[in-house]
Amino acid sequence: MSEKRIYLDHAATTPEHPEVVSAMAPYFSEIFGNPSSIHSFGQEARAAVESAREKIAALINAKKEEIVFTSGGTEADNFAIKGVAFANSKKGDHIITTPIEHHAVTEPCQFMKTLGYRVTYLPVDQYGTVSPEDVKKAITDKTILVSVMHANNEIGTIQPIEEIGKITKEAGVYFHSDAVQTAGAIPVDVEKMSVDLLSISAHKLYGPKGIGCLYIRKGTKIVPFMHGGGQEKNRRGSTENVPGIVGFGKAAELAIKELDERQQHLIPLRDRLIKGLQEKIDNALLNGHPTKRLPNNVSMCFEFIEGESMLLNLDMEGIAASTGSACSSATLEPSHVLLSIGRPHAIAHGSIRFSLGRMTTDRDIDTVLDVFPKIVDKLRKMSPLYKK
Amino acid sequence: MPAYSEKVMDHFKNPRNVGEMPDADGIGHIGNPVCGDIMELYIKVKDNILTDVKFKTFGCGAAIATSSMITELVKGKSLDEALKISNRAVVQALDGLPPAKLHCSVLAEDALKSAIDDYLKKTTGKGLPGFKPHEEHPPK
Ligand code: FES
Repeated sequence: MSEKRIYLDHAATTPEHPEVVSAMAPYFSEIFGNPSSIHSFGQEARAAVESAREKIAALINAKKEEIVFTSGGTEADNFAIKGVAFANSKKGDHIITTPIEHHAVTEPCQFMKTLGYRVTYLPVDQYGTVSPEDVKKAITDKTILVSVMHANNEIGTIQPIEEIGKITKEAGVYFHSDAVQTAGAIPVDVEKMSVDLLSISAHKLYGPKGIGCLYIRKGTKIVPFMHGGGQEKNRRGSTENVPGIVGFGKAAELAIKELDERQQHLIPLRDRLIKGLQEKIDNALLNGHPTKRLPNNVSMCFEFIEGESMLLNLDMEGIAASTGSACSSATLEPSHVLLSIGRPHAIAHGSIRFSLGRMTTDRDIDTVLDVFPKIVDKLRKMSPLYKK
Repeated sequence: MPAYSEKVMDHFKNPRNVGEMPDADGIGHIGNPVCGDIMELYIKVKDNILTDVKFKTFGCGAAIATSSMITELVKGKSLDEALKISNRAVVQALDGLPPAKLHCSVLAEDALKSAIDDYLKKTTGKGLPGFKPHEEHPPK
């Protein structure tokens, strides 16, 4: 393994920003109070939680009261879908979503189906883009929720959320968007998007793990996610994860400050990596939209070879990436996202995702462009399918 | 990614007997019904002995390592001896595989049997008694 490892799996998780770590440090044993306590220990912690809430609200142009802390993105998605479905069951029983959502959305939708709700999965095109027209057509008077992710975690495609938001707003249907991959990566504005609910996870934007939030537009009918001590205005019981919330707040503050810089840094690196790989390797297909994609996402399929064996080879060179291959999934099924955009099973097998981050350098990209074509070549020489 | 043993990683990094064999006496071609991988195994037979074995695999780390290991285990053996080597023996020789990866070793055993079956058909007109290759994975 080369001395310097190269981490290109930021879509899975990001390293905490050093400023996040130092912001959190006092909140473990110095300022440790329970924010619900009325004494000064409690009130110090309360102040920290509320100041973090303000920063997170500012990141997405929301009001502070509309931010409810959760344990992360999965909880936020579960909260949005189940909470809205349960609270609005008198109005209807129909949920609209897409086949390329994160499991944190598709699994709660499947669960609601077992309770008698109906779920429509909208089609996506070859880039994984949802058509706002299709959303419009799918809405009935029984529709209570539309859930479409802001950008896809595997293939990076950014959805036309603003257009969809206009449609749901006009139809009077709640609109949820999973913004786990976009908050801190591209502009997220709940007003422009006309969303009623939006999920964020701190560890995807250089914050700590185990903390996230659900934005809930004022007036949205939703059932609490956890019944307990009345925290989060009765929407989510449980003593607040104060250090986590403080870290999340700091991460949001940094994201606001660095947003432009991050995009300007990542987009050229992303495009250079895509172009370089396509120049050096034949039968290399880009997954997702060529331009409407996350600044840090490089998702490609390399035909005739398998993803796990590529990852193992990359790992031996100190490079971390990920794959949607059947062989590396627990179910031995290929990625539902790649199948949904029309990649056949065998091609989905050869998928690799490099997701870049704020510390990724030009040299890192050079290294991948040097190392990876050799790996592909080695594996293709072993493949019964590859005939030059 | 599963945690692989050192032996698996060794065979994955430096697979033995990779390649095609233009003058093969028997060719096995097997698709893995579980995850969709494909393995080809080529054999050269002289006086009932496997004088040379080569493989090509489209699959995961475990599939590559088990292909490599089985070629090593059977090279120089008689057909009867080779047929006695089960996927379990291959797994054992690799110091084990993660449970989710055991099915990859079945692919290796089948590929060998399929190659011997092909050889027997070519030389005696009859295939390997009782050999039923797995259906190739239907493309989804
Ligand atoms: S060949 Fe697919 S899991 Fe091993």
